[in-house]
Amino acid sequence: MKAVVTVIGKDMVGILAKVSGSCAEKNANVLEVTQSILDGYFCMVMVIDISKISCELDALKEAIQRSVPDMVIHVMHEDIFNSMHRI
Amino acid sequence: MLNFNDIMETITMIQEENLDIRTITMGISLLDCADSDIDRSCEKVYNKITTKAKDLVAVGESIERKYGIPIVNKRISVTPIAMLVAASGGDPVKYAKTLDKAAKEVGVNFIGGFSALVQKGFSAGDKELIQSIPRALAETDFVCSSVNIGSTKAGINMDAVKMMGEVVREAAELTKDKQCIGAAKLVVFCNAPEDNPFMAGAFHGVSEPDVVLNVGVSGPGVVRAALSRLPEDAPLNEVAELIKKTAFKITRMGQLVGTEAASMLGVPFGIIDLSLAPTPAVGDSVAYILEEIGLEQCGTHGTTAALAMLNDAVKKGGVMASSSVGGLSGAFIPVTEDAGMIDAARKETLSIEKLEAMTAVCSVGLDMIVIPGDTPATTISAIIADEAAIGMVNSKTTAVRVIPAIGVAEGEELDFGGLLGNGPVMKLRPQSSAKMINRGGRIPAPMQSLKN
Repeated sequence: MKAVVTVIGKDMVGILAKVSGSCAEKNANVLEVTQSILDGYFCMVMVIDISKISCELDALKEAIQRSVPDMVIHVMHEDIFNSMHRI
Repeated sequence: MLNFNDIMETITMIQEENLDIRTITMGISLLDCADSDIDRSCEKVYNKITTKAKDLVAVGESIERKYGIPIVNKRISVTPIAMLVAASGGDPVKYAKTLDKAAKEVGVNFIGGFSALVQKGFSAGDKELIQSIPRALAETDFVCSSVNIGSTKAGINMDAVKMMGEVVREAAELTKDKQCIGAAKLVVFCNAPEDNPFMAGAFHGVSEPDVVLNVGVSGPGVVRAALSRLPEDAPLNEVAELIKKTAFKITRMGQLVGTEAASMLGVPFGIIDLSLAPTPAVGDSVAYILEEIGLEQCGTHGTTAALAMLNDAVKKGGVMASSSVGGLSGAFIPVTEDAGMIDAARKETLSIEKLEAMTAVCSVGLDMIVIPGDTPATTISAIIADEAAIGMVNSKTTAVRVIPAIGVAEGEELDFGGLLGNGPVMKLRPQSSAKMINRGGRIPAPMQSLKN
């Protein structure tokens, strides 16, 4: 089971480190990271394995949010993307 | 493999463009609750609803957390209560209060089905229920009511149309200190769908399973945003194509949420209703889509054509995305719930006649329209008859939900708050339709009814 973490906001030092730190804390394995800077905005998409996480998905979201309070965080199960963008 | 752009598109839809699941509605049959004693019948109704729907809100919230998609409303629809009144007799308001209590117990925000189906005539319980609607809506908070007065197969029951004009007025009068909210919770249908998850017209048809879960998705903001990225001179077939693709994605999301919620609740998944349902929130407006297509303001010439194309493209996208599309499915045009329509009504670009034309090509009818408080009941009946005629002849659902603004001066507005929004009083014709309405009887079913 996979989930997608997206992090959007003003670029600064250590975002990736903090977000992946929170994932590790909850036993979520990072599978893939894509990041880019668009118009000065940091934009990161991280695919994580949630089959062994130690908490609910929304608790993981809260943990990530606490580590980078100024960023907009979404944590969503991968099914929603598969169903919307694949026929 | 997940694609970066696809992921960002979904995130933008939710975060910037107000994409949401508008409602998950559990339909519950109450046929097995009928009893010759009204108190015992009410007790069975309460027990069945609070048992079947006890996890509805919790399941909805857990899905919201899992997929990060808001599910705005959790609701219940039940068997038309007139059928229970037929068995039990007694004061139908008792049922309304029971439904209200059950809705509060399970934490849903509306419960629909204080309804009667009288398109061909009244059977036991129907008249009693219809006459009790104003009191039922005034004395409860969450109960919604609907009455089907016509169909393509049966024609229009003009005795019921006459009654409903009076009932709509009385519903507003009894709630005049609460912005006439009673009338906002009452829909008069022609060709009412039995699996519609949207309020105020939801009820659980007799041909439906014992318990079923229906989903209503929305997303006018998403469609508008997609259109705003098209070149200014893109031809209309490209516009339609883009609407179709967008509707596909929205529907797929609804299908995912619906099937997941149904399996978590252990009930069958019914239908997905892919209606573009506006809210008063900025950017969540069907009128703005029409304006994005190329109208200076919704209601001007060209509105009907743009809406017809929009409605059709939404259906086509949805049908491809899910094999269980049902309900109303199309574009809603509730005036007070749509920021763009409110604006157009205030500037008088949008008139009731134009709205009537629009209802011939979209999925519903004259919806959430504030009319003058001194409108005679026969005029309201005549509005209902006009709409029902459009629905009957075109084999489509039409509905009337007008709110007489009792005690509100011309130029002022009603404000319901929340999703129901606010809106100005719209002008009607002062000439009387009383003679026609008072004739009563039945408008015979049209030729279209003889398809067999």
